[in-house]
Amino acid sequence: MMRRGLLTAALLLAAATPALAQHEGHGGASDETMAHEPMAHEPMDHEAMDHGAMDHAQMGHDRPAASAAEAGPPPRAFEGPEHAADLIWGEARMAPARQQVWRNNGEARFGTLMAERLEARIGEEEAYLWDVQAWYGGDLDRLMLKSEGEGSWNGELESAEVQALWSHAIGPFFDLQLGARYDAAPRDRTYAVAGVQGLAPYMFEVDAALFLSDSGDLTGRVEAEYDQRLTQRLVLQPRLEANLAAQNVPELGIGAGLSSVEAGLRLRYELAREFAPYIGVGYEARLGETADLARQEGEDPSGFVGLVGLRAWF
Amino acid sequence: MDLRVILPRRSFLAGAASLVAGTALPVPAWARGMTVPTAARGFGSLSGEDIHMEIGRASFGTGGRSGHGFAINGTIPGPLVRLREGQNVRLHVTNNLDEDSSIHWHGLLVPFQFDGVPGVSFPGIRPGETFSYEFPVRQAGTYWWHSHSGLQEQAGHYGPIVVEAADGSDSRFDRDYVVLLSEFTPLHPHEVMRKLKVGEHYFNYQMQTATEGDMPLAERVMWGGMRMNPRDISDVTGSTYTFLVNGHGPADDLEFLFRPGERVRLRVINGSAMTFFNLRMPGLPMTVIQADGQDVEDVTVDELQIGVAETYDVVVEPGEGAHTLVAEAMDRSGMGVATLTSRPGRRAPVPPLRETPTLTMADMGMASMDHGAMDHGSMGHGSGNDGAASAQPMSHDMRDVSKLPPDVKAGPGVDMVAPMPANRMDFPGLGLDSVDHRVLHYTDLRSKRPNPRRAPDRQMEIHLTGNMERYMWSFDGSKFSAVTDDPIRFGYDERVRVTLVNNTMMAHPIHLHGHFFELVNGADELHQPLKHTLIVQPGSKAVFDLTANEPGDWAFHCHLLYHMHAGMMQTVTVRPFPETA
Repeated sequence: MMRRGLLTAALLLAAATPALAQHEGHGGASDETMAHEPMAHEPMDHEAMDHGAMDHAQMGHDRPAASAAEAGPPPRAFEGPEHAADLIWGEARMAPARQQVWRNNGEARFGTLMAERLEARIGEEEAYLWDVQAWYGGDLDRLMLKSEGEGSWNGELESAEVQALWSHAIGPFFDLQLGARYDAAPRDRTYAVAGVQGLAPYMFEVDAALFLSDSGDLTGRVEAEYDQRLTQRLVLQPRLEANLAAQNVPELGIGAGLSSVEAGLRLRYELAREFAPYIGVGYEARLGETADLARQEGEDPSGFVGLVGLRAWF
Repeated sequence: MDLRVILPRRSFLAGAASLVAGTALPVPAWARGMTVPTAARGFGSLSGEDIHMEIGRASFGTGGRSGHGFAINGTIPGPLVRLREGQNVRLHVTNNLDEDSSIHWHGLLVPFQFDGVPGVSFPGIRPGETFSYEFPVRQAGTYWWHSHSGLQEQAGHYGPIVVEAADGSDSRFDRDYVVLLSEFTPLHPHEVMRKLKVGEHYFNYQMQTATEGDMPLAERVMWGGMRMNPRDISDVTGSTYTFLVNGHGPADDLEFLFRPGERVRLRVINGSAMTFFNLRMPGLPMTVIQADGQDVEDVTVDELQIGVAETYDVVVEPGEGAHTLVAEAMDRSGMGVATLTSRPGRRAPVPPLRETPTLTMADMGMASMDHGAMDHGSMGHGSGNDGAASAQPMSHDMRDVSKLPPDVKAGPGVDMVAPMPANRMDFPGLGLDSVDHRVLHYTDLRSKRPNPRRAPDRQMEIHLTGNMERYMWSFDGSKFSAVTDDPIRFGYDERVRVTLVNNTMMAHPIHLHGHFFELVNGADELHQPLKHTLIVQPGSKAVFDLTANEPGDWAFHCHLLYHMHAGMMQTVTVRPFPETA
């Protein structure tokens, strides 16, 4: 049971990251690009390198005939100083401007804070939930913070976690995320985190991660959601979350295997893209040994909740 | 109604006389502790051998939207720079901002150090500094100028250039108007960029939904499978933009006057940051006489699509009454509107916005799949792999990186590789392929004057690459910041046939500074039209011949401002440089 749980988690991770495998396949391509840079200063090698271009010339069958071959630039194109403007204005004046144009055309940094779910949950007991993410960084590497938790309005904090992750693009649609997670509730606990987040085929937003706790327990979580636009502003969002454990974690009430699933359906109205109140319905079920543990505590292992909330970001 | 935007031929000096703001005030308003001035809509005109321009902060508003802007000599757009072919000009540009600025003379042939791109051709203009550009005017035609610093262009830092022909040929027309198309957003341009980076289709309110769009379910599923949105027509739309004609929004009711029987020349400039426009005057045919400032054989059409940074000069002969000039955004999210009228105040009906176009397989670089097996056969040029691919034409691998040349870096910034990009120089633009009147195609353009006959010395391919989800844009998979010191190299006087391959589903207007290239558009080789900016249609190829005869370092970029800002730019160097100093 334990092994199967782990295997399932690993498979889910792999399934969610078609980009991971693709990325590895491209190591060669980027290496070639790197090798290309120093060669740019040696015109002879550069021209020699382009002998493969005959294939490209053949591809030109759909444009007017040109007998010229695809080739690198001639030696005279490599003459002179590195930057023409240095000849006129001097390197000292050009260097800061060059730094600025470098930053302005591809190296800008951005950040955002997204509250995906801020909601009241109306079921057997009245509860609230938050699920917030923030990131800051460039195109490929970002610092990502995630926090989610749940409590009842009467004051009891059921769960609360915060994650700090390095998020690195490993393909066009997916990031690899590595970092730490700290849980303040139900118990103080620290985890190492490895996960992937991104956009899967058919436009599913996927977030899957493995957590290894400071007491050696391995758990996993997979979330997927899909935005179905009903109109330009009205969006129906099905959401599915599954939690897995490689072993029993009795002090957290978790049994090995697929420990719980949560399905939600939220209907939001985007007053602005950044500000969308929603209503919805959720179903939660603890499964297997986790369900048994819940029953032993006198809790119902499954149930429906009504949802009223807000999705907001800036 | 601001008549200064209207420039009857021979009376442009009067227009210049009315221009007093800015030049008369050496100390900017904000530096004297005054509030930021409100920019006037439209522009005056400047001419002569010494021209003074001042860049200042301003507020701007139209039709209920208002916000921050940059005004040059107090107006948005800035003044018309009116020159005469063969003159020398010194342009003294004073920067009254608290950040660096610049002016690039878009389409003018200038020594590279006066081309106005900070970090590439010169150091930029510091706050409080005056920089003097000096060059001979070697050409005639319609051009424009704009900031090449950060995102200033979005906020009003642009204006028209008209160069009168030395041979007097401009006097063929009774009226001569500039029609400068652009957009205004109340958002700060950096906020527009951030929303493009972090918000999913933030500005797009024309997506297919459960209730909108006629695409069949199976096709929708296929697009979803590719993680692509077939309504990604424009990144920034009328949801924030008000579209301007000479700085006037639709609510500002701009009019161009004429007398019945006159031949009216409209110098249409797309000075917008992000918007392709469909230009038409319902019921009034227009004859295209210039493209990007260069004479072409007359082509009469009812509508044309003008890409960002392109110019077209058209001639109309409107009859008595009023005619609406419609500059509809390509995604149909809004329009710029003005009126040509023979009687002041008279108006014609404004046509409604048409339906948003939807991308097709051809825009995904699968044009060949729309046809029969014969096309697949012709694509299979020899290798076994290609044979296998044509045996399963419907395997939509939209990111087969083995189809890319080895110098294209296929990293996270490349979300698509066009499987079978077709040459679509004959495509009139998204949404104009299905209208029932005459539209302009690149293949209609034919240079009026013969070009020197020369066969290309070599060929090269440049791939346009991007990732819509991450909002990354690049050439050959490398952002400008990755190739700042690794330019595209040409030998001086080398003639190169360049094929641009668009591996994205957006149309990109690609601009090369300092040169005109010839479109390889099917015209005979002596009459290939000259352009400075070329639209490469989604998932398609476009081809030009360049004679690299302007030495120096030049910017080469996508003229969609936020694409350039994301990295879709590279330096082009033409060497050796002439002896200097």
